[in-house]
This record gives sequence, structure tokens and C-alpha cells, in this order.
Amino acid sequence: MLSYIGRRLIQLVPVLLGMVFIVFMMIRAIPGSPAQIILGQQATPEAIAAMNAKLGLDQPWFTQFFKYLAGILQGDLGESMRTRLPVADEIWPHLAATIELAFFAIIIAIIIGINAGIISAWFQNSWFDYIAMVLALVGVSMPIFWLGLLGQWVFAIEFSWLPTTGREQVRDPVHAITNLYIIDTLLQGRFDQLWQVMRHLILPGIALATIPMAIIARMTRSSMLEVMRSDYIRTARAKGQKMFWVVYKHAFKNAVIPILTVIGLQMGMLLGGAILTETIFAWPGIGRYIYDAINFRDYPVIQSSILVIAFIFVMINLIVDLLYGLIDSRIKYD
Amino acid sequence: MSKKRMWSVALILLLVLSTALAACGKGSSSSKEDTLVFGRGGDSKSLDPSRVTEGETFKVTVNLFETLLNFGEQDTSIQPGLAKEWNTDDGLTYTFKLREGVKFHDGTDFNADAVVANFERWANGDADKFPYYNSMFGGFKGDEGHVIESVTADGDYTVIIKLKRTQAPFLKNIAMSMFAIASPTAFEKGDDQFERNPVGTGPFEFVEWKPNDSITIKKFDGYWQKGLPKLNKIVFRSIPDNSARLNALIAGEIDLADGINPSDAEKIEGNADLQLIKRPSMNVGYLGLTVTRPPFDKKEVRQAMNHAIDKETIINSFFEGQANIAKNPMPPSISGYNDDIEPYEYNPQKAKELLAKAGYPDGFEMELWAMPVPRPYMPDGAKVAEVIQSNLADIGIKAKIVSYEWGTYLDKASKGEADAFMLGWTGDNGDADNFLYVLLDEDNIGSNNYTYFKNAKMHDLFIQAQTEVDENKRVELYKKAQEIIHEEAPWVPLAHSTPLLAATKDLKGFLPHPTGSDVLSNVEFK
Repeated sequence: MLSYIGRRLIQLVPVLLGMVFIVFMMIRAIPGSPAQIILGQQATPEAIAAMNAKLGLDQPWFTQFFKYLAGILQGDLGESMRTRLPVADEIWPHLAATIELAFFAIIIAIIIGINAGIISAWFQNSWFDYIAMVLALVGVSMPIFWLGLLGQWVFAIEFSWLPTTGREQVRDPVHAITNLYIIDTLLQGRFDQLWQVMRHLILPGIALATIPMAIIARMTRSSMLEVMRSDYIRTARAKGQKMFWVVYKHAFKNAVIPILTVIGLQMGMLLGGAILTETIFAWPGIGRYIYDAINFRDYPVIQSSILVIAFIFVMINLIVDLLYGLIDSRIKYD
Repeated sequence: MSKKRMWSVALILLLVLSTALAACGKGSSSSKEDTLVFGRGGDSKSLDPSRVTEGETFKVTVNLFETLLNFGEQDTSIQPGLAKEWNTDDGLTYTFKLREGVKFHDGTDFNADAVVANFERWANGDADKFPYYNSMFGGFKGDEGHVIESVTADGDYTVIIKLKRTQAPFLKNIAMSMFAIASPTAFEKGDDQFERNPVGTGPFEFVEWKPNDSITIKKFDGYWQKGLPKLNKIVFRSIPDNSARLNALIAGEIDLADGINPSDAEKIEGNADLQLIKRPSMNVGYLGLTVTRPPFDKKEVRQAMNHAIDKETIINSFFEGQANIAKNPMPPSISGYNDDIEPYEYNPQKAKELLAKAGYPDGFEMELWAMPVPRPYMPDGAKVAEVIQSNLADIGIKAKIVSYEWGTYLDKASKGEADAFMLGWTGDNGDADNFLYVLLDEDNIGSNNYTYFKNAKMHDLFIQAQTEVDENKRVELYKKAQEIIHEEAPWVPLAHSTPLLAATKDLKGFLPHPTGSDVLSNVEFK
């Protein structure tokens, strides 16, 4: 097991290196220079040249690349060209905002998606099945922009149940410790603020959950349908087991592996930030952080944030792979 | 079994929680009367105004810092600021008498030494650190073009600024929000740390900055103007999407929103809880014609373009009437505007004749660049481009609409790669130089003169106007320059738009400033 994990971690190195290289080359291929954008429209060519020299952008690309790489190996993610802050310091508040939202969304997606999928498979071809699957289709194809604004209109403006945008009640701001506001409010015993933070999570959480929810529901259904046809299920039923336990215990356990894979992939995607959801709900997450960085051609921020996200993505996949063995003892790691 | 029970308990808890959350009404909002929540499109880049060129920073810092001179409440006339009086005899030596008894937020005294320290800090910097200082005062200490000879203290409350040569917009430059006087004690601790811990003399002091989310400032108790500010706290919130920002305003989460879509104006006026606020216009949206690219090297073709485009339809359809038709490259509010200029009327027939005269009786093919991002001076680039396209088709010009991501768009346009491109400008200091010279002079080819237009006579007028201290003579020079621009027609000026804001009905005392940086010390809820 440990040697397996070790091997997987070693395999990560070329993957991440390759990715750093591709991103590095790609962002330099887009027109527009950071110096021009930092200095504004009134900048003189001399000022731009001086700025390029200062940022090291006048050096050949391989010098720049190996300098950046050397920094990464020493745990230095570089410094933002725009704000002059270390990327490592800047990235965490944004990442934390995204993590909080992504976890909330994936929990919603799992609870609703898996149950909808199971029930659809259980009562295959029933009205529930049809409706759930049509909704799932709608879910994957729904434009988030529209859904988000509609949600704000209905739940925030018409019914005044939920806030439209943001992470917190700005008139009573959360004192950030970890930047994960649920944890911060709990640490400070501010249950009133915890309440507000939860309320702010609901609309963006649901908007973000729609697509994963639909994908999980469809995967659960198809995986369950396959298992439900197998012999041991018939045996269990013949023994007089209650249908509920047959479905949720015996069948689900064998159907869960592909579902887990999908959940892992979706979780990775959510943690990459969701620029549309973050924009509509004014969520200060990593997606907007990278988007802004691209607009400003803030090379170190783009490179390092994508590196961090890619790292998280592959780690989640590793965890999913390890979970397989935990669930199905037939799977061995060697 | 116990694991299963744990799960069911968790599930039930979640259900209960979600029901309870849904049942919860609007919730507790802490004392609204003294806190203003200002919703805007983007976050600030820095809180040190001298280090940036973007408006979102100035929106905040104009409330934290003060300048030696101020702009008028809703115009760009020169008013006393931290200096209560100023004078000059020859336009080379300026004497500023400072206000006494003013303190910075950190307790440091504001005096002549503090002002000198600020100018020293800028003059010893470089274009990377202080980009605006570079463009407004022609460089830094030791540079040939640097306008400022010396800044010295004469006693505690008099500052003397000597210039190497006269600079007509000098006082206006001094009033720009980027040249705010900061506490020397604070910036001596390091520029990078100062950017995130700004200390000025303004009505509000800095509290907290949550990147991409909110910036909070609170009332400064030691403010020199008694009775101000009226609010206790201001929170600037970044809500990037215009519709979501309006939703937040309607839901009562923010009290003031900028960047309102012209198409939402009617909805706001029809809402009894809201008010629509119009910012005085200081911008221009235009279609630039790159004069180095044939057939736009021919004056007749450029004039034909001016006659072919139906500006009125564009303004009525996409600015919802919240704009005026432009005939000059700068708005009428700016001193030096030439109102005698007869605009090119919308006349496709005349346009065709001009094309024929230029040797293109059957028109030609061209690329029309549509702005990919909304700006107050161009709320919907793609749709405006479609109108222009059909106008041009009427006179036989086949225009293909193209667009690029914004950074790419500006980069390619500045290299002269566009035939005709949409762009605009919002003034920084309300001076004609800031429009005409910056956007159309040969000195600015490669930076802001995207059309590559050159005219020796016009250039001479601009250079003369820059050092002319007599305002009447200056106005004449700019009027003449506008005649040349009109005749040569490197642009099709389209619109001077009115940027819109919206606020809750009970918000009083808010005066939007044409530069986009609003001082909020008089704002209150009633």
C-alpha cells in the first residue's frame, strides 16, 4: 500500500512538470504584455522596456522557465506582477473560498444525485425515473448564468429567504482565521455568523451542484441497473430481504466504484473554481482569481495557481483510487 | 450498524438545518443607518493611489487620502484641498499655503515636511512604482522631461514648487487622486507594506481588505472638517456581474451600486425603493480609423465613414438614450470644447459621393473591430458593431466584424493591425490635453493614439497649449486643433455616455464625480 502511494507520488512529478511547461508556454503565446497592462494606457515605450527588464521578461524563455522551476522546487510560487505579493500568500484566501463552496456543492450533489439515481434504478421506467432523468438532462445543460440570476430573483428578491451574493453578511463581517468561514465562525463561537455563512452558501452551492448532481445521478442509475440484474440480488430477494436493504446495502455497495470515480473527477473540477458561479454570486474564489490574472497577464499567478489546482486534482484522484480498496477488498495495491 | 445510525442522524440534521435556513427571513442586518455598502464591478489593485492607474483603486483611496487641491464637487474646477491657498506669478513657481491642525490617521502631523516627503518619494521612484507620476510630470528626478525642478518647505505650512518650464494643467494634475498626500511615517516602513495599510488624512481610515470580496473603511475621528464624515463605516463590495449587483441592491444587501446597465434604468426608476443616479459624463466612445491602412489613408474615405454611420440610432438603441451624440473627441464639459464645429450629418448619399471621389465608387472590404467588453462609453460593442456594419453596407462597404479578448484587442490595435476599431476614453483630470493630445497626437502613437494619425500643425498647437498659462489663449489653441481633427476625421466620434448608478431611496448627499472617484463624506441615510 505505502509503496503504491509512493510510486503514485513519484509519477506525479513528470505530470506536474509537463503541465507547468505547457502553461508557461501557452500564456506567453497570447498577445499583450504584462508591462503594458500594469503601466496603463499612458505608458511610454521606455517605461515598458524598463518594466520588462524589472520583471525579467526581457530574458530568453528558457532562462525564465528554469528560474521559475528553481523557485517552485524551493517552495516559492513566485510573486504576483500585479499586486507584488507572494502568490503563496495570495492564493490561500481564494482557494479557501472555493474549497468551502466546492465541498458544500459536492455534498448536495452526492446526497441528491445518488439517491435520485438509486431510486430511478429501483423503479426503472416509472414516472419518477423519467422525471429524474429528464431533470438530470436539464441539469447538465442548464446555463449557470441563467440559473444563478433566476435563483437570486426568486429566493432573494421575491421571497427574501436567502442573500443574493457574497460569502458573509458584510455589515457584520467574519474575522478570518483560516479563511474557511464555517470553521472560523465555529472557532470564535459565533453561531449567528455561522448561520449567515451557511445561508450565503446555499444559492451558489446549488447552482454549482447542478451539473455534478446530474452526472452523479445518471452514473448511479446505470451502475445500479447493471448490479440489480445480477444473481446475488435475486438470491437476496428470494431470501425475503426487504427491498430497501437489498438496494441500499447489497446492490449499492457493488455499484459504488464507478460512482466514486465520477465524484472524484467532479470534485476536482469544482475545486478548480467555477468562474461563472463565482462571477454571478460575487464569490471571491480561485476561478475569478485566475481569470483576473489572465486578464492582467500576471504570469506567475496563472502558472502557480494552475499548478496548485492540478496538484489538488491529482491528489483527489489518488484518494479515490485508495478508497476503491477500502470499499472492495478484492482490489489490491501492489 | 452504528455507522449507519450516524449517517441517518447526519442526514436528518442536514434536513432540519436546511428547513430552518429556508424558514429564516431576511435576517438580522446590523445598524443600517451608519454603514454604507457600495457595490462595484471589481476589486482595487492597491490602496496606494500613486502606484496604480486604475479607477477601482481611486474609488476607495479618495476617501482615505486628500490632495493639496481638490476638484469641484461635480466638475474638475480647482478648489482648495489640503492647501487652503495657492498662487503663482509666472507659472514657474507655485506657493501653497497648507491647512493647519490636520493629522494623518496614525497621528503624524500634516505639514510642509510631509508634503515634501511625498514629492521626494515620487520623484525618486521609477515608472514601475509610480506610473502616473511619470506620465503627468514627464519623468523622474534626473530625467530630461521631468517638469518639477524642486519642492521645498518654507516654514511649517508653506510649500514651494518650482517648475523647469510652465505646465498648463499643473494644478489639475496636483488635484488628481493619485497625487494624494500620505503619511511619511507609514510609507517609510516600505512601499509594499504601505499599499495594504494606507494612511492618509481623509475622512475615513482603513480597516480591512478581503481580496476580490470587500474593503472596509471607517470614520476617522480626528478628521479636520468638523461634523464629517456622516457615515461610520463604508464597505466596498466587488460584485462583478451587473445584473447580480442590481439584484443585491434590490434585496437590500448593498445601498449603492455603480455600473448599472442602461437597459435597467427604467426598472430602477419604476421601483419605489430605489433611485437612479447619473454620473456627469467625461468620456467619449469612438470608432477609430487606422490612417496607415488603405483605404483609410484617404481623407475622403474617413469623412465618408463619418457620414455613413447613424449615431442617433446607436444611442437610442444601445445607450437607451443615456448618452449624447459626439462630434468632437472630447465631451462638452471640458474647457476648450469647440461647439462651433458642424457635425457630419447622417447622409449615406453624401458618403457615397465622397467614396466615389476617393476612387471607391463600389466600396471596399474591411475589418470592423468590435469591443469585447462593456464599458460606460460602449455598453454593448458587438451590437453597436452590427449597426455600423449595416450602415456601411448601405454605402457599399463590406465590413467583417471581428473581436478579440480585451488584452489582445488593445495590443493588436495599438500595433495598427485594425482597419477600424471601437474604443473609448474616460478623462483623468478634465483637461483637454488629457483627451486630444493623449489620444490623437503623434507623440502617443504606439500608446494611446491607435489610429496612427499625425498632423504637424495640430502637434504644434498641442505643444503650445501645454505651456500656455493663459486659459483663454489655451482654449483658442484647442478649438483650432479640433477643427483640424474634424476635417481630417481620423475618428468617427460616437457618444458621450452618462454612466449610471443606483441607490436605495434613503441615501442622501451622494454626488457622483465625473472622474469616477466619489468622495463619500457627505453621504448619509435619511
